[in-house]
Amino acid sequence: MKVWRYGDDVNTDMLFPGRYTYTCSTVEEIIPHLLEDLDPEFAANVCSGDILLAGSNFGCGSSREQPALGLKAVGIQAVIAKSFARIFYRAAINQGLFLIECPEAVDAYSDGADINIDFQGVIRINDVPYTFPPLPDEIRTIRQAGGLLPYIRRKLEKERGQ
Amino acid sequence: MGQTFAQKVIARHAGRVTVLAGEIVFLKPDLLLSHDNTAAIIGKISNELAQYGVFDPNRHIIVLDHVVPAADEKSAINHARIREYVKQFHIPHFYDVGQGVCHQIMMEKGHVQPGLLILGSDSHTCTYGAANAFATGIDRTEAAALILTGETWLKVPQTIKIELSGRLAPNVTAKDLVLSIIGDLGADGANYYSVEYHGKVGALSMDDRMTIANMGVEMGAKNSVFPFDKVTQDYLVRNKTGLELFETVWADADCEYSHSFTYDMRTQVPVVAMPHKVDKVVPVSIVEGQKIDQCLIGTCTNGRLADFAQAASILKGKKVAPTCRLLLLPASRTVLQQALDSGIMQTLIDAGGILLPPGCGPCLGAHQGVLAPGEVCLSTSNRNFKGRMGCADAEIFLASPLTVATSALYGEIRDPRNERSDKT
Repeated sequence: MKVWRYGDDVNTDMLFPGRYTYTCSTVEEIIPHLLEDLDPEFAANVCSGDILLAGSNFGCGSSREQPALGLKAVGIQAVIAKSFARIFYRAAINQGLFLIECPEAVDAYSDGADINIDFQGVIRINDVPYTFPPLPDEIRTIRQAGGLLPYIRRKLEKERGQ
Repeated sequence: MGQTFAQKVIARHAGRVTVLAGEIVFLKPDLLLSHDNTAAIIGKISNELAQYGVFDPNRHIIVLDHVVPAADEKSAINHARIREYVKQFHIPHFYDVGQGVCHQIMMEKGHVQPGLLILGSDSHTCTYGAANAFATGIDRTEAAALILTGETWLKVPQTIKIELSGRLAPNVTAKDLVLSIIGDLGADGANYYSVEYHGKVGALSMDDRMTIANMGVEMGAKNSVFPFDKVTQDYLVRNKTGLELFETVWADADCEYSHSFTYDMRTQVPVVAMPHKVDKVVPVSIVEGQKIDQCLIGTCTNGRLADFAQAASILKGKKVAPTCRLLLLPASRTVLQQALDSGIMQTLIDAGGILLPPGCGPCLGAHQGVLAPGEVCLSTSNRNFKGRMGCADAEIFLASPLTVATSALYGEIRDPRNERSDKT
C-alpha cells in the first residue's frame, strides 16, 4: 500500500486536465489521465488500497467529477486532507469515495510511516490515533448505498414502483 | 437571532421557518443548469429516464457553450445526444450552440430571479448571486439525480460578510476588487461559506456584480450574493423579467457572521493573479514588463458589453503589438450584437482583435486559442491553474479588461493607469 502525498490547493486541473473534460467520461477513459499534470507517475503506478494525503483545499476549481470517479475506480481507499473544496467533497460522496478531513494526521505523517484507517473514525499513524468526525447520518446513507445514483435508484423503485 | 441570506433561502425551499448553519436539509431547487456535460449526465441515467422520465422539464435549463461549435467528432456527438434528449423529454429551455456562456444566458434570458435556489453542474453557477439568487455548483452525478427526482441535500453554510465602501477609482474595476479580495482571503478563504456583499453596492453595476459573484468559487465560496436594489430591478426589467412574482431576500440585521471584512473601493489598484493560483495576487506595477504572447478578453467573468467598452477605450485607433494575439470572446450573442451595434467590436477588430464565437472557448483549454509550451497568456477569465488553457507548460496571468487591453498594445504587462484612453 502506497501513500501518495501532495500539497495545498491541489485543483481539478491537476487531478484531471480540463482539455479532456468533454472527451473522457468513462472510467476507462479517465484513469490514464488522473493527476497527469501533477504527478505523471500516479496513473501508471497507483494500486487498489493506496491512500492519497494532501494539504488544504483539495479538489478546488471546476465542478468536473472525473477526479472523484477516477480515484474511486483505481481503488484509492481514502483521501486524507486538511480540507476539501466543497464541490469535490460532494462529488466524492456521490461516487462513494472516502474523504477524511484530518489536519492533525496530515501533519503527523512522514514518508514510510505506518498508516492504518479505521473507517469508524480513527487514523493510526505509527500507532498514534488521530480521530475524525463521522459523516452525518443523511450522507452515510448515500455512501452505504454505494453512491448517489444507487441511492436514488432504490428510492425511485420504492416510491414509484417498478 | 436573525437569519442570513443563505439560511432564509434554504429554509424557504426546505419548507421550514428557520434552519441552522451546519444542518443538512433536503430540498427541491427551482432550477437546474447543465451545459455540454448534459451528454455525460443523461448517459448515467438512460435506463431510469426511460422508466421514470424527467422530474420537471421546465426546471432543467441547458446551454451548449463549452466546446462550441464542436471541435471534434466526440463533441459533436455529445451535442447531438443532448438535442435528442431535449426533443424526447420536451425540455423548453434549451440554448443551442452560439447563444453564449450558460451563466450569461441564465441572467440575460431572465431565468435568474431574486430569492431562487439554483444548482448548476458548473462551478461558476455562483454568478447568479449578482441578481440576489442563491446559486451554487454541483457535479454531474448530482445533476443526474436532480433530473430524476428534483431533490437534493444541502448543508446550510456559515456566512462571511464583506462590507464595501467608497467607489472604484478610474481604471480600477470590479475584477481588480474581487481579485484583491481573493488574494487576501486565499483560494480556500471562503470554503463552504456563503459570502454576502454589503455596504456601497449601489456603486457597482450589474456587470460588476456578475464579475464579483462569478469569482466567488475561486475563494471556495458555496455562493456569493448581492442585495436586491434599483440596479437589480432595472436589470430585470431591461431583460423583460421581473414581471413575474418574486420575493427578494436579504439577511437580517442581527444575524450571525463567521467573519466580517471591509473593503474601501477607493484604495483599490489594478492587480493581476500570477500563475498558477488565483490567490497569488499582486499590483500590476510589480509585474510590468512581463512578456505576453496571447491576451484574452471575454468569458463569463468579463465578457460583457462594459468589459469590451473598457477595452475599446484603450485600443481605439491603436494596434495590438505584433508579438501578441488578442482574442475576443463575448459572453453571449446578445453581448456580441450590442458590441457590433455600438461600434465597440469594430474598434477592437481594427486594433487587431480576433473575434471568437460566444461561448467558453479557450478558457478551459479544449480549443480556440490553446497555448504552446513556454507561452504566456494574460486573460480576463477566472482561472489560471497549470494546464488550464490546454498546455501544462504555459503560464496564465489574470487581470481586468483594462489591464489586458493596455498590455496587448505592448506585448507585455502594463498598468492601465499609465495609458491614455479614448472614451468611446
